[in-house]
Parts: sequence; structure tokens; C-alpha cells
Amino acid sequence: MSILVNDATRLVVQGITGREGEFHSRAMQAFGTQIVAGVTPGKGGQTALDDRVPVFDTMADAVRETGANASCLFVPAATAPDAILEAADAGVPLIVCITENIPALDMLRVYHVLRMQRVRLLGPNCPGLTSVAAGAKVGIIPNDIHRPGSVGLVSRSGTLTYEVVQAMTDAGIGQSTCVGIGGDPIVGTTFIDVLDMFNQDPETEGIVMIGEIGGDEEERAAAFVQREVRKPMAAFIAGRTAPPGRRMGHAGAIISGGAGTAESKRAALEAAGVAVADSPSHIPQLLRAAGVRG
Amino acid sequence: MKLQEYRSKEILAQYGVPLQAGQIATTPDEAAAIARTIARPVVIKAQVLVGGRGKAGGVKLGETPDEAARAAEAILGMSIKGITVRTVLVAPAANIAYEFYLGLILDRAAKAITVIASAEGGVEIEETARTHPEAVLRLRLHPLIGLQEHNVRRVAFFLGMPPDLRREFRQVLRGLYDAFVGTDADLAEVNPLAITEDGRLTALDAKIVLDDSGLARHPDIELMRDLNEEEPSETAARQAGINFIKLDGSIGCMVNGAGLAMTTMDLVKLAGGEPANFLDIGGGAKADKVAAAFRIILDDPSVKAILINIFGGITRGDEVARGIVEARSTLTRNVPMVVRIVGTNAEEAKPILAQANLITADSLDEAAAKAVAAANAQASGGARPAAEARS
Repeated sequence: MSILVNDATRLVVQGITGREGEFHSRAMQAFGTQIVAGVTPGKGGQTALDDRVPVFDTMADAVRETGANASCLFVPAATAPDAILEAADAGVPLIVCITENIPALDMLRVYHVLRMQRVRLLGPNCPGLTSVAAGAKVGIIPNDIHRPGSVGLVSRSGTLTYEVVQAMTDAGIGQSTCVGIGGDPIVGTTFIDVLDMFNQDPETEGIVMIGEIGGDEEERAAAFVQREVRKPMAAFIAGRTAPPGRRMGHAGAIISGGAGTAESKRAALEAAGVAVADSPSHIPQLLRAAGVRG
Repeated sequence: MKLQEYRSKEILAQYGVPLQAGQIATTPDEAAAIARTIARPVVIKAQVLVGGRGKAGGVKLGETPDEAARAAEAILGMSIKGITVRTVLVAPAANIAYEFYLGLILDRAAKAITVIASAEGGVEIEETARTHPEAVLRLRLHPLIGLQEHNVRRVAFFLGMPPDLRREFRQVLRGLYDAFVGTDADLAEVNPLAITEDGRLTALDAKIVLDDSGLARHPDIELMRDLNEEEPSETAARQAGINFIKLDGSIGCMVNGAGLAMTTMDLVKLAGGEPANFLDIGGGAKADKVAAAFRIILDDPSVKAILINIFGGITRGDEVARGIVEARSTLTRNVPMVVRIVGTNAEEAKPILAQANLITADSLDEAAAKAVAAANAQASGGARPAAEARS
């Protein structure tokens, strides 16, 4: 089992004819994802991915013709906010935005419009998500690092997520769904949203959370865990050595005014009963110690 | 990106915020000339991006043009928290009756722009928030319709703004908000916003911090970047499209992905070493980017070893490995390198690294330990760090 995506997911890729869009669409297909349509304005009527996928000019056309129920964006930062709004208007209930460097004020507006439309946005600046056993991947997480199983993973990072997934797979601990929520200050889906879904997913027996410095999302998540989550958890927080006041690559990763430190996040999670690892490689043993079979 | 006070004031003035603008000078003579045109006491302020310039002696008064020149002479060339002052702002001095704090921030938790206001201006707002939280108003603005008139009234009443200055206050808050939105800011503040003894409302100091992701659509503001206050290596990295922050340690790090780059630094520390930098080469990096990253890392003489950690996804391990070998042959300084490449095409990378006689590691923990050992061996003058670390 899984959360958010599964074998009923019918995906439309916005920007499918671009270099990144095509490359990752092929990888998603190889993993088993049903890609039913692509959208590139001006290329409607063409086909993509070796003639197997129809391309439409608009999201409205794509959804009407194919019944797509999820969208993945490989669209440049300047036009991505508009493309997200187009997807929401077309009625897809799940939008995954991989694009990075979208101005925060644009995302602020998009975030609130999507909430009114009750559309779930994952990202931006995220690697997407993969439901392992269901063979459904929306995004760019590498295909061959997974092992099907029962641990759900949620992370603010990209390659650090791969690092932790690989460590779990190497230790024989499989994953239900792996979700990257993105490293920007304003993202559509939070740790709490995903923790809630994992908590309710009967096939997820344990949860891994990968946080980093900046903001107070991890602290809020810790309060939620204490209140709601009854499944064993392990966590890792990146950025213990990050200097204050500097943006560490991710737009959201900055310690400001003494808040948002790794220590504060670690303390909050530990107080909520979450085992926090010193290194990503320690995650599997913390899960085992908590009784997770994987 | 942080803007200097005079740049922030330039922008706020365009948006109609009443303020003490002044002019910038880089020599005492220029400061005197500006003081002559202002024809009353002036304040001479160091233009640096670090806080605490007042305490450091970087703000002085001058009653006459000669005094202004002497003050400028004392401040120019002064070092404030490691930054050498190259520019001063010469502005009319104000007789202050009241001081307020007024700022706008991109509030990630509230997912909105939030106004922060306090009648205790002129001091750090973080300090006021800690000691007198009731003296600070946080007002979340509607994210879709922005600043409304009732928001302005609420802040004005909270601050106890005199009725005859409400119109001016509206102009300040409205201008600050329009400037925030118009420049894609993260923070825009005037502190202090003052009422002068002659009853005017005016911003004496201003600060704008921009959202780096918004800069692409503000090429005019990008030109305001102060390269004097940026590490030259950070400038070079930015121009090469590399995320880089210089730190104080001895182990250079080259990583793909920001989260993994932070983690690599953390594990260097855990293994007993100190990272020399944060460096994310980004996705899909090829030989030219690897070469640029090497140059930037090795530019720092305290680097005694380099740890390269690549988790191939979009990035292909063999391409990075070839990039490392190619780039290394062109380097002017050689330090031990510990390379760990996993993920996409990691197997293909192995023979390339083995041939080049680089120290390799399978896990990140192992890579960090080997890098620390190599740096220590190098620091103690060992001529055989590579062999030692490989054992």
C-alpha cells in the first residue's frame, strides 16, 4: 500500500517535450507509472515518448481527453506558477512541482489559490514521490534505490533522501512511499500533512523523517507526532554545522535570529519520542530498535 | 541578497517612503562636499551589511563640513566585524522625539507577508520581542489581497501615531509594502522610523533583504550587489552556478544536492574534522563544473583535504569521476582527495577513480573518516597522506 499515488494514478507531464521532462518521463514509465498525456503549449496534436503519449496544448484538453488525475511539472521557474494554476483549474487533484528557484511571493499566491480549490501541491523544488510496491513514481527519485516494504519516508531534501532510502534498502528495510516535500520556504505539502497520511495508511508500519535547518516545520511536526502518531519513527536533521544567517543552497535552509537550528529541531523530535540519528547510515538500526520489520 | 542602507533607501524613496536619504562618499573630501550642500549637522554612517556598526564606532555626527570630513576619515577603512568600510552615507542629522520599528517579512509559518511593528524603535526587534513581547505587533496580511486600509489603521493605533501624522504613516507603510512586493523582498524594514522634534515622520535607517529566487526578474537590483562584502570565492561560485559558502575548517567538500551537502559537513564534524565550506554543484554536473568547484575549494589555503560525495540521480557518477580526473591534472595545488560516488553509473566510476589513484570510500561515514585522517596527516606535514588514509 501507499499514499498519494498508486496504480490508479493517471499522470500528465507538463513540459514533456523538454529535455528534463522527456528524460524523467521515460524513467517514470520504466518504474511503472501510467503517463497518459503531456502538455506543451503549441505542440498539441504531436506525440511524445516514442509515439506512446499524446501531447496537448492545454491542461484542460489533456484532462478532458485522457482522464488524467495527477500532474508533474518540468517547467522553468518563470512560468511554473502559472502552469500550476492551469493544472489546478483543469481539475487534477494532485500536482507535483519539481522546478526550483520560483519566487516566494509567486508561491504565496499559488499556495492560497490551490487551498481554495482543494488541490494538493507537492513542492516546488522537490524530487517528487514514489510508491514502491504500487510501481508509481511521480518525480525524479532514482528508480533502483528502493525495496518494497512498509516504512514511509518524508523529506525536505533530494539527494539526501536518496542516501537514506539506499541505506534502508541495503539494510533490508523496504519502503511504502517516499515523499520529498521540497526545500523552499513556501511549499504546498508539509511534514504534518504527510505524517498524517502515513499515520492513517494501514500498510505503513514505521516512518522516517528527514529535516534540515530553517523555519519551524520540524518543531511543528514534532508537536503533531506527540499528539497523533502511534507508529515508530526515526529522523535525521541536516545542518548542525551550518553558520547562522546564510542560505544553505535551499531557499528555506537558513538559521535566522537564532531560530531554526538543528539542535532545536532535534530536541523537539526527541521530546516527542522520535529517535534522531547522528548519520543517515544509523537510520536502519534505529528503525530496527523500534521494532520495525520493514 | 542584502542591500546596503543607501540602496534600500533609494528603493524606498522610489516607493514614496519619506526618509533621510543623504548621499554616499568614499573620501573625506566627498563627505565634506555633501555636508556643505546639506548645510546643517550631518550623520556619517558606515555602509556595511553586518549589524552593530553603531557600537563599533561606524556612525558619527558632524556639525560642520570639516567635522564631517574628519568623521568620514575615521570611519573609512575601519574594520567592522571583519568588513573594511569603503563607503559612508552622509545624511541630515535628525533631532529625534520618538522612534518606532516597522518591518515586513515573508512569514513562512503564516504563509503570508506579516507586518512587525513596535513603539520601541532604534533597537534590535529580536531583542524587544524577547524582553517585551507585548510591545511587538505581528499582523498577518491577507496573502491574496495584500495591505488593506484597516491594517494600516491597526498598526497606526498600536504605535500610538499622533492623528496629524496618520496620513504620513499610511504613506510609510504603503510604500514599504509596495517596495516589498515590487522587489520580491524577504524583509523590508525601517528602524528607526522617527518623529523629529519639528514633528515630521521620517525613516532614518532602512534595510531590504531580497529573495534570491526573485532576482532573475530584477536585473536592476542585481546590479546593487555589493561585491566588496562577498568572499571572492563566493562571487566566483555564484558566477559558475555553484552554491558555495566559505567556512573556517580544513576539509573542502564537493557534493550534489543542498541537503546532502549539509549532511556531509555534519559528518566531517562528527568524524572529528571541520568543514572548510558548503558546496552544492547542483544536478547533472559535468567536468567543467567539477573543475570550477575544485578551483574555488583550493583557493582557500586552509584546505588540507577534499571530500567529494556524489549521489548519482540526474548526475551520472562516471561523468563526475572523469571530471575529477581531468580537473585534477590542471590544478596548481594538490591535496589528498577522498571520493565517494554512489547511485547512477557508480560502477562505471570505480575503475576511473582506481586508475587515478584516488582514495575512495563506499559509505559517507567512511568517506568522512578518511578525509579527516588525510587532512590531519597533511597538517602534521606528512608527505604520504594518501597512502596512510587508504590503509
